Amino acid sequence: MDFQLLQQYWPDLLKGAWLTVQLVSLSLLIGFILAALIALAALSRYRICRCAAQGYIFIFRGSPLLVQIYLIYYGSSQIGWVQDSFLWAILIDAYWCALIALTLNTSAYTAEIIRGAMSNVPQGAIEAGQAFGMSRWLLLRRIILPQAFRLMLPAYSNEVIQMLHASSLVGAITLLDLTAAAQNLISRTYASNTFYLAIAFIYLATTYLISGLFRLAEKRLYRHLNRSH
Amino acid sequence: MFKNIAAYGWMLIDGLILTIEIALLSFMVAILFGLIGAYGKLGRSRINRFMANCYTVIIRGIPEYVLLLVLYYQGAQLIRSIVSLWSEPQGFIEINSFIAGFITLGFVYGAYATEAFRGAILAIPKGQVEAAYACGMSRWLMARRILVPQMWRFALPALGNIWLILLKSTAIISLIGLEELTRKSRIAGGATRDPLLFFGIAAIMYLLLTVVSTFIIKYLERKNNYELRKPGI
Repeated sequence: MDFQLLQQYWPDLLKGAWLTVQLVSLSLLIGFILAALIALAALSRYRICRCAAQGYIFIFRGSPLLVQIYLIYYGSSQIGWVQDSFLWAILIDAYWCALIALTLNTSAYTAEIIRGAMSNVPQGAIEAGQAFGMSRWLLLRRIILPQAFRLMLPAYSNEVIQMLHASSLVGAITLLDLTAAAQNLISRTYASNTFYLAIAFIYLATTYLISGLFRLAEKRLYRHLNRSH
Repeated sequence: MFKNIAAYGWMLIDGLILTIEIALLSFMVAILFGLIGAYGKLGRSRINRFMANCYTVIIRGIPEYVLLLVLYYQGAQLIRSIVSLWSEPQGFIEINSFIAGFITLGFVYGAYATEAFRGAILAIPKGQVEAAYACGMSRWLMARRILVPQMWRFALPALGNIWLILLKSTAIISLIGLEELTRKSRIAGGATRDPLLFFGIAAIMYLLLTVVSTFIIKYLERKNNYELRKPGI
């Protein structure tokens, strides 16, 4: 571990870390919204919606993220109508491709988490809501979603951590995220121990920061249940 | 399009076979590390417990890609320095990407398998363990006759998930140059200037592997739980 090198090059690492944070937070945010819609579709009354949502979840959960990134970065530019449309400007940029791949990937995993949580909401609560004459949307808004949100937290915290770790792959399409920045520095300075240890520590610390925050949130959301203790 | 598939199809099949091989090998290594880790976590020795906890905490906090890079690029140095403890290392040591790949993946997913086995062992009724001790079994005999045969059943769902995740993680090894499915499809896509087709085929192959694995896991779970099956469902 060579602290002098770290002192000299930390701006590069910071730049990489900033890109990682951007990619992860944006993809999680957009992915969550997408996932909520997909989960609703997966639980829909209409068979077509259910099949489409399940197909989407199956495809994105069943193939590796790296292949998805390659498909979007290298593959999408081949399609004729993409080249002619405004999408071309987006898909030519590795940043947007990585963001799209990460978003689609996390939305499939998150949709499955939300779906599981929604179907685990106690049946009695739903029936009680129906007995009050709530409409489907009101029931969803007041009974199912708030409870599902609480139920999904542990699984979702794992997904967030997975995304943090998965974002290390975007270096494969020339983006300089934290991992790629470290690799870059290593090829310049040959100080592989220093930079690998540094990024490993950063990832480790961030991972446990995230899981700590989620545990805190969970404690807060469940505080009505352990009042007696 | 069909000309390209005919020309490069066999290459992809080779890649697929290598992917399956490396996934199976990593899974075996993962089970090995998982058993060792679970032994450490549930054992009486405080040092072992501490080490096993460090193992799972550290491994689960670092991206597998970073660990792969570290092992692949640093592993040779590490082995060299270990060897030099007792003798002067001779020649040049290089870890090939196949070995680095399956050891890393096995090591990473071993941390997850540790939790799976730990949970499975804790799920075995305590009365059985006490009964074994009451019969005069030693710790090892008890573990061999009571814990190990029963724990697989409880660990199976978690192990199945680990296998499915591991299968897809093998794609990462292509980044250190192992010519498995992803790398082969990249080569084929580059050579024919048709990456969409070949990455598409690769994705479909991975999906097929997932489907087949899911069927096998479901089958094993059904077979394993025959006496636990609830009547009427």
